Amino acid sequence: MLKALHNFGEYVLLMQRTFSVPERFGVFFRQMLQEIYKLGVDSLWIVIFISLFIGAVLTVQVGLNITSPLIPDFTVGYITREVVLLEFSSTIMCLILAGKVGSNIASELGTMRVTEQIDALEIMGVNSANYLILPKIAGFVLFIPVLVIISMFFGIGGGYLMAYLSSMITVAKYEFGIMFWFSPFNITYSVIKSMVFAFIIASVASYYGYNVRGGALQVGKASTNSVVMSSVLILAFDLIITNLMLGR
Amino acid sequence: MIEVLNLYKSFENKTVLTDVSTVFEKGKTNLIIGRSGSGKTVLMKNLIGLMTPTSGEILYDRRSFSKMKKPELKNLRREMGMLFQGSALFDSMTVLDNVMFPLTMFTRDSYKERVNRAKFCLERVNLNDADDLYPAEISGGMMKRVAIARAIALNPDYLFCDEPNSGLDPKTAMLIDELVHDITKEYNMTTVINTHDMNSVMNIGEKIIFISGGRKAWEGTSAEIMSSTNKELNDFVFASDFFRRMKE
Repeated sequence: MLKALHNFGEYVLLMQRTFSVPERFGVFFRQMLQEIYKLGVDSLWIVIFISLFIGAVLTVQVGLNITSPLIPDFTVGYITREVVLLEFSSTIMCLILAGKVGSNIASELGTMRVTEQIDALEIMGVNSANYLILPKIAGFVLFIPVLVIISMFFGIGGGYLMAYLSSMITVAKYEFGIMFWFSPFNITYSVIKSMVFAFIIASVASYYGYNVRGGALQVGKASTNSVVMSSVLILAFDLIITNLMLGR
Repeated sequence: MIEVLNLYKSFENKTVLTDVSTVFEKGKTNLIIGRSGSGKTVLMKNLIGLMTPTSGEILYDRRSFSKMKKPELKNLRREMGMLFQGSALFDSMTVLDNVMFPLTMFTRDSYKERVNRAKFCLERVNLNDADDLYPAEISGGMMKRVAIARAIALNPDYLFCDEPNSGLDPKTAMLIDELVHDITKEYNMTTVINTHDMNSVMNIGEKIIFISGGRKAWEGTSAEIMSSTNKELNDFVFASDFFRRMKE
């Protein structure tokens, strides 16, 4: 318990150093664009691939499990849309990205720490936390809505493809289902949630990477710890945010 | 000139440095020597501000490090250059970008002026055609040269070198020693080198401080080492047959 409090204190202090005015805005902006590319654009293919398949599998699963004649066929499209919009594209996708992006950040910063690159920045008088971490957090938080929207599109598209290719449900019924009782607020809710998750992924991974002590073994450990901790926090915050935004 | 006054450094219950007082002179290559674990790295880390002394004072040209406010400390850091044991070059930047980095962060120079200055520094360390290479693509000796070029980019008043010869062949090690020595004279810097390479001690040691068990056990010049009667120093310096025979 004491260790957890100590770690939390360290995390808060690191964030305090991170969220200060950048030394050079031009440098910060350039760094942020690089991070958007590295953490966001580079994740596009995995987001598209997973979303497409999960959307398709969801349609098959729901189609196979709804056998009652009292439940209309368009429910398959409706459920696929709700699952993709409310949970899959934000929470599950962020859990997957915690593995890809989180381990990338933690290992990059950890390697910089053990090879004294962070010390070199400090000795030059550069606020290393602000220079290295802020562009990662800002870049990822700003780009995650794009990833989430793309995931939604391809998730629902995967289901559409399944409806088109199989005889389980007609395309017309699927289309009716995905438009049925649609609330645009669900997209807002999902995007806000994913931005919180993006902050968790980038900041927690930065904390573990930045504070590595030792060598290559510790860099690997930090990377694993960051993924585990981010995943736990994402699930906890999912519950909190859902209660705050959708709870009655 | 750097003055160290009654410096103590402890970690919890363990005292690593005890009452160390010395002066590192301007325009000279000052060497800190001692066995592994003797406290010389801790002394160096205190000098560059990566550690805070438990008690005692460090004066940079009569300016007390511990009494400085944040902006003064920031300015002082810009007067420092550091050559790390592993070079600590930024992996994601080319050789030219590494040398330009301090100029980009701390000067208002135009891009062209920064490039010119970085190229001048690279030429000074005899690296003319490595501008576009990444640290992973150059040899250990070249990395050290780039690190020296980066360290002198801002015309520092103080240059710190942590084991500049480690991992280098004897010929390259000698070239790096001579380069550091020449640059010290050229820029009239206060250079402090942490080493246990006896060739460096004999070649460029204008002032040598011998640390043993966390205390300053001896200080003098490379010429005085030969006639020293200090047993601890003689055991360390003349540990090999070659040096023992040379002394005799």
